Amino acid sequence: MRNYLLPEFRIIIGPECVRCLRCVRECSFGAMEVAEGIPKPRNQRCVACRRCAVFCPTGAISIRPLEVAYRTNSHWSERARQDILRQAQTGGVLLCGAGNDLDYPCIFDRLLLDASQVTSPSIDPLREPMELVTYLGRKPVNVTLETRSDGSFRLTSQLPPQLKLEVPIIFGAMSLGAVNLNVHRSLARAARELGTLWNCGEGGLHRELYQFGPCTIVQVASGRFGVHQQYLDIAAAIEIKMGQGAKPGIGGHLPAEKVTPEIAATRLIPVGSDALSPAPHHDIYSIEDLATLVSALKEATHHTKPVGVKIAAVHHIAAIASGAVRAGADFLTIDGFRGGTGAAPKAVRNHVGIPLELALAAVDDRLREEGIRGEVTLIASGGIRHSADALKAIALGADAVAIGSAALIALGCTLCQACHTGRCAWGITTQDPELAQRQDVEEGAARLVNLVRAWSTEIKEMLGALGINAIESIRGNRERLRAIELGEETTSILGVKVAGKE
Amino acid sequence: MLEFSAKNMSHRELNFALRQLVLSGEREIRVCGVCGHRYLGTGLPGPASITVEGVPGEDLGAFLDGCLIRVLGNAQNFVGNTMNSGQLIVHGNAGDIVGYGMRGGSLWILGNVGYRAGIHMKASHSQTPVLIVGGRSEDFLGEYMAGGVIVVLGIGCEGSTRPVGNWVGAGMHGGTIYVRGNVPGHRVGKGAKLAPCQEEDLTQLEVLLAPYCREFGLNLAALLGDPFVKLVPASPRPYGRLYVSSVGEC
Amino acid sequence: MESRQYYVPSGCATGGILHEAGEPISGCEIAALMGAMHERSNGLGGGFAGYGIYPEMADCYALHVMYDREDKRRAVEELLSGSTFLVRSERIPTRSTAGVVPGPDVWRYFVQVPPRNLESLTEEDYVVRLVMRINLELPGAWVISSGRNLGVFKGVGYPEDIANYYRLDEYKGYMWIGHGRFPTNTVAWWGGAHPFSLLEWSVVHNGEISSYGINRRYVEMFGYRCTLRTDTEVLVYLIDLLRRRHGLPWTALWAILAPPFWEQIERMRDQHKRAAYTALRQVYGSAMVNGPFSIIIAHSRGMIGLTDRVKLRPLVAARAGALFVLASEESAVSAVLRSPEAIWAPRAGFPAEGVLQRSEAVAG
Repeated sequence: MRNYLLPEFRIIIGPECVRCLRCVRECSFGAMEVAEGIPKPRNQRCVACRRCAVFCPTGAISIRPLEVAYRTNSHWSERARQDILRQAQTGGVLLCGAGNDLDYPCIFDRLLLDASQVTSPSIDPLREPMELVTYLGRKPVNVTLETRSDGSFRLTSQLPPQLKLEVPIIFGAMSLGAVNLNVHRSLARAARELGTLWNCGEGGLHRELYQFGPCTIVQVASGRFGVHQQYLDIAAAIEIKMGQGAKPGIGGHLPAEKVTPEIAATRLIPVGSDALSPAPHHDIYSIEDLATLVSALKEATHHTKPVGVKIAAVHHIAAIASGAVRAGADFLTIDGFRGGTGAAPKAVRNHVGIPLELALAAVDDRLREEGIRGEVTLIASGGIRHSADALKAIALGADAVAIGSAALIALGCTLCQACHTGRCAWGITTQDPELAQRQDVEEGAARLVNLVRAWSTEIKEMLGALGINAIESIRGNRERLRAIELGEETTSILGVKVAGKE
Repeated sequence: MLEFSAKNMSHRELNFALRQLVLSGEREIRVCGVCGHRYLGTGLPGPASITVEGVPGEDLGAFLDGCLIRVLGNAQNFVGNTMNSGQLIVHGNAGDIVGYGMRGGSLWILGNVGYRAGIHMKASHSQTPVLIVGGRSEDFLGEYMAGGVIVVLGIGCEGSTRPVGNWVGAGMHGGTIYVRGNVPGHRVGKGAKLAPCQEEDLTQLEVLLAPYCREFGLNLAALLGDPFVKLVPASPRPYGRLYVSSVGEC
Repeated sequence: MESRQYYVPSGCATGGILHEAGEPISGCEIAALMGAMHERSNGLGGGFAGYGIYPEMADCYALHVMYDREDKRRAVEELLSGSTFLVRSERIPTRSTAGVVPGPDVWRYFVQVPPRNLESLTEEDYVVRLVMRINLELPGAWVISSGRNLGVFKGVGYPEDIANYYRLDEYKGYMWIGHGRFPTNTVAWWGGAHPFSLLEWSVVHNGEISSYGINRRYVEMFGYRCTLRTDTEVLVYLIDLLRRRHGLPWTALWAILAPPFWEQIERMRDQHKRAAYTALRQVYGSAMVNGPFSIIIAHSRGMIGLTDRVKLRPLVAARAGALFVLASEESAVSAVLRSPEAIWAPRAGFPAEGVLQRSEAVAG
């Protein structure tokens, strides 16, 4: 069939080029070839991942959108027309990586934080104590104490297991398969150094990383990859993956080409076979069934660690969340529609789910109405871009946020959305050993640590401005948020007043 | 010496009266019946010596410039706020935020001080402010300190754990804090560090404490015989690596 | 719901006086204490709570109710007649006072709870529900205190003027707390003055609660409703929840309202203490009161002063014989105590407590 598609990008090599051919070596998509000792662009293969440009020693490379006009049509975007051609030529489902990139309104960008002026002092976050410590785990409604005559007291009730997070930021689930072992190594090291958690995702945990168990959340998903007693034993917490914000209601599929011996060993499947993660757990068709799995996991680990559930933000999330808490979930990860993925059908990624902000607010409200908010730790994820998003999520009601895309961007990811091709030039979402070694484990860990430390300091600065010196005093404190240009119903769901209103 | 009662006077009336007296050449004044009068001595042209009976209100001697104020009892919060020169003497305890932003003169407290004493204290040109506390201090002593000297004698806390509270010298980037007694490491704020007292420190302490001890009838030799520790800035630029430009080269 | 729309931060003067042996103290004393701190308020709110002022009605809940609207009085009285045993009702006497523009009609009702109405509730829960119901469903009527043998008197004006307006010189009680308000962005309204009170608990507060949003949502989970448009209100409900319903000792309340920092908890040598403090912060994080505050909490058996954990608001305590006094400023103490044996500034997060030794005829 003839190809009607034009390339999306045009690579331009400027006169500064010294013909070192670094760009040719760096490009894993074959978009740079050599012709007579000179790099020669193959535009149609370029995904605009920037690898060549970043590593060009003379800065000779620029990449631009291909400038061939389509007649402007605000309904039939260029992209829509290109997608149709692609499907007409192949008959395939459009697959892509990363998160929803459409221009839906971003609620975080229409929420603003408060600050103290005069009536209450702001607090100096650098010199005075500023506490970000957050505990993940189910809390009882009250404690019982035995009090002595001098007023001192002892606990007579025992709390369910609690995990200490030095910062209210954890790393979100990214499976071995979606990303490679070097990325897992960096995430694990960074989590340990930061005093927080990382999540190995649904593809099991490489044995080499068992030593990081005390800072690892392990996932149990429909495919049960790599799930066995030892996997559960070494973990700090267990998360049942019911859904993912990037593809609610959709499962995953790691193609055989990506199932290397290492991944096969971790997932406990044969080398070179497809790894199927269907959306449904076939032992969970109802909330009672979820309760059964939660209990089974708790029983398997002697009730020594929190067991949580990850759900995608969908329309009736409040009811689902309430059910999950009643089913015994000690923590709930709510993954919004901007969340990333290693591979998802584009139609689903771009059109299914709801914004994290609304889901989070609805869940927090519902749990409060039912008086069970304290019994669960809420983790918000899906498109948290910076410290302010994180703090806004916490003010809306989250205990902590999980970052995935931001962590990968820290490692070099440019959101070129080619994760599913397995050719990631930055060595992140590829299993090609040569590409994967582009991720230097120690440098990657240092980048992640730097990022989270910088965000933490920024959160402290913002808390100081709010006149608050402990993170729990902003958690769910929507009084300190104001909305701009959001409809009345949206602000009412968010439980946030309009800016300018006292 | 001229004496009068502040009873039934508002703080504005009291300060007006003091100002008139000093302008008319009165150099020694004693005010009794002081009870909560604020800004006592503020805007008073020096030199003059004011003795206060009773409890003065907030902001005693704020912006003080050249006068001596002696309080024969306790004082409240914000004593010597942004004082420039002169002398403030309190024969009792003082409240929170003593000597805020003080850049000259001396401030002597016989008893304890509350939270955030001597914060933002700074030396400027030839001036070196001095704050001496006979008793103990609460948290955040010398926060943001940029110059000058604070001495805490810890009288009455001997052998105990806390002549000073927590976060001493947090954000300190100049000046010196001397403490008689022990300051455990966990009480030292970010930005400050403990250092042993050297010979020249003891010499300086003797110079500073001699008139203080005379004022309050304390035994200088006995005090100096005890060990002192010193807090100094860990670095003149403690936050050099905290920020990074959001534009330009990284 | 109107009450969700805004709240007003408060500043101000606080004071309290307790006779630990239970001897009666005239309302003039607390008026003098507050008057001595005139400069800390701006005339936009003053108020008092007196404990032990209704000894002859000590077995009744004394509901002090403010009315913006006359028709609401009929509605409240109807509700009270239907749901309680209404022993006595009367308008609270006032006198015309310079500096006080007469405000809402204020009535008091002495009620008892018929046991058959309780079903599974405790008597206190029943009263709390009644108060919440009136404040929420009958705007224009505000229950400003509901304890036994105690009452709140408050309004818009300087505290010493409000004391005169309500003729506090005609009352005697073993304990009083008072407040002079300096609100910044206010609707200066009578119900928004301090103290805030529910059952035996009354609170006056100097400061602003930066954590108000979450504190309010936390108590709402337990059925409380903030309707009085001042952040301080939430403190009373927190105290009722933690002290009465969760049965925690006062010492645990300090560890919740103004907890030690984590680094301090980690340094606690006694592992049981460390475990208990850790658990209190883990479970009651939403009840932590953040921001600058000094508060005086009155309860039937005493009075407690507490400041925030980094001490951003002033408070002094003093003692002379059986008299225990709390005030924002030391100079004010001399207005009521001639020669105090002790005057001290409570450390951040540590309470100064006065305890009533006598047990008969307490408020509650």
